[in-house]
Amino acid sequence: MTMIDRSATDAVAAPATPAYRLAGVTKTYRQKGRVVQALKGVDVEIAQGDFVTIQGPTGGGKSTLLQLLGALDRPTDGHVMIGDTDLAKASAADLERVRATEIGFVFQAFNLIPTLTAAENVDMGLEPLGLGRADRDARIADALERVGLADRADHRPGELSGGQQQRVAIARAIAKRPRVLLADEPTGNLDESMRDDILAVLEQLNAEGLTLLVVTHDSAVARRARRRLRLDKGTIRDITR
Amino acid sequence: MYWTYLRRELSGRKKQTTIVAAGLAIAIALVIIVNALSAGVRDAQAQALESVYGVGTDLTVTGAQTEPGEGGGRGGPQFDFGDDEGTTDDDGTTSLSQSRLMTDFLRGTIDAATLDTVAGIDGVAAASGALSLTNTTFDGELPQRPDASDTEGTDAQQMPADGQSGDMPGGGGGFGGGSFDVDSFTVLGVEASDTSVGPLSAAQVSDGRALSDADAGADVAVLDASYAASAELAVGDTVDIGGTAFEIVGIVASTSADADTAANVYIPLDVAQDLSGAGDVVSTVYVQAASSDQISSVQSALEEALPDTTVSSQSDLASTVSGSLSSASSLITSLGTWLSVIVLAVAVALAVLFTISGISRRTREIGTLKAIGWSNGRVVGQVAGESVVQALIGGVLGVALGLAGVLAVTVISPTISSAPAAENTMGQGGPGGMGGFAGPVSQTAADIVLTAPLSLWIIVVALLLAVAGGLVAGAFGGWRAARLSPAEALRAVA
Repeated sequence: MTMIDRSATDAVAAPATPAYRLAGVTKTYRQKGRVVQALKGVDVEIAQGDFVTIQGPTGGGKSTLLQLLGALDRPTDGHVMIGDTDLAKASAADLERVRATEIGFVFQAFNLIPTLTAAENVDMGLEPLGLGRADRDARIADALERVGLADRADHRPGELSGGQQQRVAIARAIAKRPRVLLADEPTGNLDESMRDDILAVLEQLNAEGLTLLVVTHDSAVARRARRRLRLDKGTIRDITR
Repeated sequence: MYWTYLRRELSGRKKQTTIVAAGLAIAIALVIIVNALSAGVRDAQAQALESVYGVGTDLTVTGAQTEPGEGGGRGGPQFDFGDDEGTTDDDGTTSLSQSRLMTDFLRGTIDAATLDTVAGIDGVAAASGALSLTNTTFDGELPQRPDASDTEGTDAQQMPADGQSGDMPGGGGGFGGGSFDVDSFTVLGVEASDTSVGPLSAAQVSDGRALSDADAGADVAVLDASYAASAELAVGDTVDIGGTAFEIVGIVASTSADADTAANVYIPLDVAQDLSGAGDVVSTVYVQAASSDQISSVQSALEEALPDTTVSSQSDLASTVSGSLSSASSLITSLGTWLSVIVLAVAVALAVLFTISGISRRTREIGTLKAIGWSNGRVVGQVAGESVVQALIGGVLGVALGLAGVLAVTVISPTISSAPAAENTMGQGGPGGMGGFAGPVSQTAADIVLTAPLSLWIIVVALLLAVAGGLVAGAFGGWRAARLSPAEALRAVA
């Protein structure tokens, strides 16, 4: 199904290059001898600076789509354009470069390294960029500041609350100044107040121009998005009202 | 970030790090101790051999083995008493005493001219010859002198083993009721002109003087210190050799405190040849090669030039070393080596298994690192680095443990016995059959203190082995990590 682009930017502005353009994206797995089609001919464009949520039932293909968008996997068929790079045809080295520079990833389980401090976890995201020490320290400080954890830089994940850990994960994702931030159920492991904290952080980042793509079951999260997509049985549709 | 992450990971997995490091530590310690003990055993063997064959002897040339009865050997010294031999007392008791100087009857001698042939071989730095003899003395008393009709049993009588006293078989040959002593000592005829190679190169003068060129043809002797003490002989005394009185001009002792020299008595070579009736022959030619690299080529050249002789090297010699030194050598070189190889293999296998298991447990972490942009190479490098550091910790601990083991051996200083060749006793098999240095016979077994010398090289090799073990484990772990697809890794824990 082809989606009509609904840019979130001002209508009088010249249309910017979309953050993502997906055309005819199909992803098929072989699981226990049978073929599973996780995505079936997905067509969608994500505008630069947009805040998009992707909802849908379990097994609908949300995580698969996120992994394709995150350059973690390649589609079986179709094109996944991020900027001018077609992730479907990119080499392994190109995918690594895109992951390192263009995409920030936030996971439901935070996925922090438990033996490292908050600052060091953020530094892990900068490791692939090959920056100098001073530059890295500046970005780490800035990222932690933006998520409100400047005073927790030396704390390890075990010493932080769930919400704080997720904010460290967000800091790690944004320190590299990515084109897009992909979040897979970022509030899934948090209570209501922490969820609101995280959403506030994400909204602030989006307001500063960061493109957000959030997979969520939580309708409260979805309501905060500017655009809502639903993925069900491998097909996508826009449910924004 | 690399070292910070590595350090934190290893300290976060203390149990795994401890087990891997401990396994490698034990293996490395074993490698060091076994190598040190092997070197100590080699030193002990060299020390044992030096006392007999001297310092600097790389090869020996000896005659071919003979069967008793061949080559002039008649299976033992022959004592021949004529009608007028000995003194008879008033009660009819006849005292008889005779000395015989004999070559080794189980090994043929070689022409003294062989020495020139040997010296002319390319690569030979020095050569000297020696004639190995045994002086056997018969002292006996007969209750009545046998007459001519009863002498069949007395001529060329075969004597039993040396040092024995006993009664003659009663009633046989007319002797009945007599007693006798048979004593022997070893005699080595040596060239006094060159002591840089040969048995006397490992001896030092403790009293009097050594033999010199001026002693050629003279009936002078130098005694081994242990023999001189047991026989209560000193410089200035005389010693009967083959019925001739030799003046003792010097006493020599082995440079090794726990060993004796190669023979009891040393006399000039020409005198030994004349007195024994052996002629212009030697038992052994001692050869020193110009360098250790040339030993093998010199040995081959000697074997080609002297096909009727036996040419033996130090390594051939090692097989002649008996006693507990021989057992220690076998234990260390075979059991010790295999044990250290097996333990090292097990330690590396343990490291590999733990590393792979660790990667499996870190699937989400590795998937996350790849998702946030880490390259495969960076991830593999991190995993390999962790393994190498774990192994290095084990290596350093192993070196410390190995040094402690070596120190323990040094402090305990175990004494082991050694006998470079079997003693050549009358009527019994000599050193033949070993194909080794079978020239002069040894004295009593030497007690040698076993050491465990260490070289820096062994420690470096041991550490490198540990690093290699870590690299092997890191390679397996890195391969596993590289194969992890970030999508699958994250799906696996979703």
